[in-house]
Amino acid sequence: MSEDKNIEDHPMGGGPSAEEAREEMLNIYPKKTLKKRGKQILVNSDPSTPEEIGANSRTVPGIITQRGCSYAGCKGVVIGPIYDILHITHGPIGCGFYSWLSRRNMTKIRAEGETNYLQYSMSTDMQEDHIVFGGEKLLADAIQEAYDEFKPKAISVYSTCPVGLIGDDVHQVCKQMKEKLGINIFGFSCEGYKGVSQSAGHHIANNGVFKHMIGLDDTPSEAEYTINILGEYNIGGDAWEIDRILHLCGIKIIGTLSGGVSYDEICNCHMADLNVVMCHRSINYMAEMMETKFGIPWFKVNFIGVESTKKSLRKIAEYFGDKKLIDRVEEVIASEMADVRPVIEDVKTRTKGKKAALFVGGSRAHHYQDLFEDMDMKVISAGYEFAHRDDYEGRDVLPNIKIDADSRNIEELKVEPDPERFNARKTADKKKSLEDSGFTFSDYEGMMRQMKKDTLVIDDISHHELDKLIELYKPDVIGSGIKDKYVIEKMGVPCKQLHSYDYGGPYAGFKGAINFYKEIDRMTSTKVWSLIRAPWDEAGDVPPAEPVLEEVEA
Amino acid sequence: MLDGTTAEIRERKALRVNPAKTCQPIGAMYASLGIRGCMPHSHGSQGCCAYHRSHLTRHYKEPVVATTSSFTEGASVFGGLANLQTSLDNIFSIYDPEMVAVHTTCLSEVIGDDIPMIIKKATDGGKVPEGKVVIHANTPSFQGSHVTGYANMVTAFVNYMAESSGETKNTVNIFPGWVDPSDMREIKRLAEWIGIDFILAPDTSDVLDTPQTGEYMMYPDAGTTIDELKAMGDSFLTIGLGPLSVTDAAEKLEKKCKVPGKVMDLPIGLKATDAFVDALRLAAEKEVPEDLKKERGRLIDMISDMSQYTYDKKVALFGDPDHVVAMTQFVVDLGMIPAIAITGTPGKAFERRIKEICKDVNPDVEARAFSDIHFLHQWIKNHPVDLLIGNTYGKFVAKEENLPFVRFGFPIMDRVGHRAFPLLGYTGAMRTLEKITDAFFDKRDREDPDHEVELIL
Repeated sequence: MSEDKNIEDHPMGGGPSAEEAREEMLNIYPKKTLKKRGKQILVNSDPSTPEEIGANSRTVPGIITQRGCSYAGCKGVVIGPIYDILHITHGPIGCGFYSWLSRRNMTKIRAEGETNYLQYSMSTDMQEDHIVFGGEKLLADAIQEAYDEFKPKAISVYSTCPVGLIGDDVHQVCKQMKEKLGINIFGFSCEGYKGVSQSAGHHIANNGVFKHMIGLDDTPSEAEYTINILGEYNIGGDAWEIDRILHLCGIKIIGTLSGGVSYDEICNCHMADLNVVMCHRSINYMAEMMETKFGIPWFKVNFIGVESTKKSLRKIAEYFGDKKLIDRVEEVIASEMADVRPVIEDVKTRTKGKKAALFVGGSRAHHYQDLFEDMDMKVISAGYEFAHRDDYEGRDVLPNIKIDADSRNIEELKVEPDPERFNARKTADKKKSLEDSGFTFSDYEGMMRQMKKDTLVIDDISHHELDKLIELYKPDVIGSGIKDKYVIEKMGVPCKQLHSYDYGGPYAGFKGAINFYKEIDRMTSTKVWSLIRAPWDEAGDVPPAEPVLEEVEA
Repeated sequence: MLDGTTAEIRERKALRVNPAKTCQPIGAMYASLGIRGCMPHSHGSQGCCAYHRSHLTRHYKEPVVATTSSFTEGASVFGGLANLQTSLDNIFSIYDPEMVAVHTTCLSEVIGDDIPMIIKKATDGGKVPEGKVVIHANTPSFQGSHVTGYANMVTAFVNYMAESSGETKNTVNIFPGWVDPSDMREIKRLAEWIGIDFILAPDTSDVLDTPQTGEYMMYPDAGTTIDELKAMGDSFLTIGLGPLSVTDAAEKLEKKCKVPGKVMDLPIGLKATDAFVDALRLAAEKEVPEDLKKERGRLIDMISDMSQYTYDKKVALFGDPDHVVAMTQFVVDLGMIPAIAITGTPGKAFERRIKEICKDVNPDVEARAFSDIHFLHQWIKNHPVDLLIGNTYGKFVAKEENLPFVRFGFPIMDRVGHRAFPLLGYTGAMRTLEKITDAFFDKRDREDPDHEVELIL
């Protein structure tokens, strides 16, 4: 067996085993930290029955973490992208400032005369007096001023850390102002200290959207096949590409929660016949609640990667079960693949066997593995920033997840079927017959089942662990976020930001996949690293500069 | 673009719209990065640290590492003592810095954590290895702005570190305001050129603009050393650049170690650079080098060459007080008319300074502290201007109003030049003038009817 063959078979693409790397990552830690991090770094030794991972647990104080806070998850991720709600951050200026257009949830206004409030950062800019004497009046005044100046159709308020501590009743203020102004106004208690990461904020946001927006408009859609895309935030225009493909198939998206979406679309989205879930972590709550209340089934899809996109489209068609739709989907796939195929065949010749690692988000570290697989690349290590056990191990572990103190503080809404509007889109019998043929509802198998045996799974990766991973394996590309990007690149490894897409994209669907293949091809083939050595360096791999002219002619 | 913004200006007392400032801790984090071997530590929930690191990274396009106490709800109720102690244990074990510079957040401020007490407990409990240092600054987000946070951390350097041995050395302390690494380098170049021994604190050059070598260093061999921070107490003079950013630190050092302080404007533009060079010359008791005089002369020459294009042009400026005050003086020196200058940072001194600078050219200048970009935009709709100068967030206003736009201050997240080229000094002033005239010319070249396009300008 040749050495190359060995490397090809090596789950980590050469170098030490995943177990050895794990040991090296952990051995620097003080005892308690070692114990804690030990549960979050696993060797994927049996992908079919994933080991228990210590996900969604507290971040170790003092460690350099990727994680952010509940406010970021609520305002920044889930509610923030709804473009025609006027968003007010209640607190000192920082939180509202940093969440101002820093996440690339793109949007287009629907009609002349509308305002895209995402271009604005609005805040109560709390000063010391408000901290001492309370900020409720300040908030009421801010809502009034916002209404007077902009006349929005709805206003949403987000609490920051000090608001919870000083005890402002944000919800009461919103209720009073809603009555006074006659528009929808609601608040979110998403103080940054809640939960252990952004994830708590997603849950809080789901609850608020469900309570205050979902179900407000019962206008039926005339389209034949109606769906919602849940957990798609239109980073770099992903939602627009998904919309383009579904439109070609003849499927209408009522609401995309929440990317490039309007308030009215969200209020009406309970009229759809199916919910498909992209980012399971941030929006599974909504999928469950809408099924209970309105009878809309859900299943997991993934439009990142062409194989996954095809699979997702076919599953949607199968759900509706209409031959016309099933055939149309195949036509669309065939026509789109005609564009994708030559690109992927070309790119593969350069990317085959290259190593990738992904540490990002609550679904992207999984979804993007499909794109790397399309390119015949090897994912040697991956992990989420803020996901839970079910996102790693699959939803079948849900009954076994212990509710800890941090999760217990996040409200679980009690949802009942709507007495008038509940309408099971699929009867129990129909669901059962679909399931008998292998169709799955309310499903997510998690990341670890897809990852190769003996690769490394790292939850909430720390700076030190990332540093070690690069030192040991030097991946050809790492998918991560802005805070890690330049750390990774200083080590001579290209880093693709999978939160902001490095201001590129879209990467979803077929056109998105082409963009991503070309981008990864550029990054892993770049010559920039070879420029580091100068002619005078001793390594000897750069030829000395030659004079352009041997001698100057007289 | 900004379709909800109308020309009708309503008085707002409670709602901030499109802020021209952010919160204190990010300034403290930036200042801490300018100390060699220092790990900035954010004492609060981890979102603050994530936001600050992200935004600093977007501006500098460099690694920005910092740690956090990662408060949960429990810590928020019971106080952050345990979280900070655990943090220090982990930081020194894993990341091995020489110093940890703790800054607070609104969360730990509202709880009322006593940081010096926690540091003492951690030290007594053996969590701080021998020879390592932990300092702190209180940086409540509900006071001042990011500039205040920077100022408070620079003051903390003095409070914790400066010592006086009783022997005065022939050294000058230079406290820069919040300027970029390229500017720190320019300050050093000028001081070295004039020939004076100095301590620059903090100094982020070669920390936040490191070369690509293929090797990452968590603590680059750069930044003000701990020994230099200690030695600040023995210098014979402190020159502070940027009144809001460093006056407090200069005063504390004067009080603590009897080092007299002289605080002046940031050396942005001609006159403020003249003042800085003059202060260095006097302190060094040396002549201004001929080549530096020539550099100044080249700036004057460029101002003269371009004056037909800058004369009488109306300018709107926003940003941080020390920056905007100095830039306002420079645009006046270019023959331009500051029409409006605003900052998000509170403080009446800003308004006084702007009015004083503009008294001969535009006594009606609209000068406002504790204001925002939305107000500036509305004001411009009522009083058209020819040029906008401000940070990246101005691009939406510039697009909507079709204004030439020069990026200036923090943050600049959509252009690259500030990382490499200084804003300070005579060369910085030439670059600013180039950018201003480029902005005018690019607009003309794009928009002039064909028969009016000028080849030569």
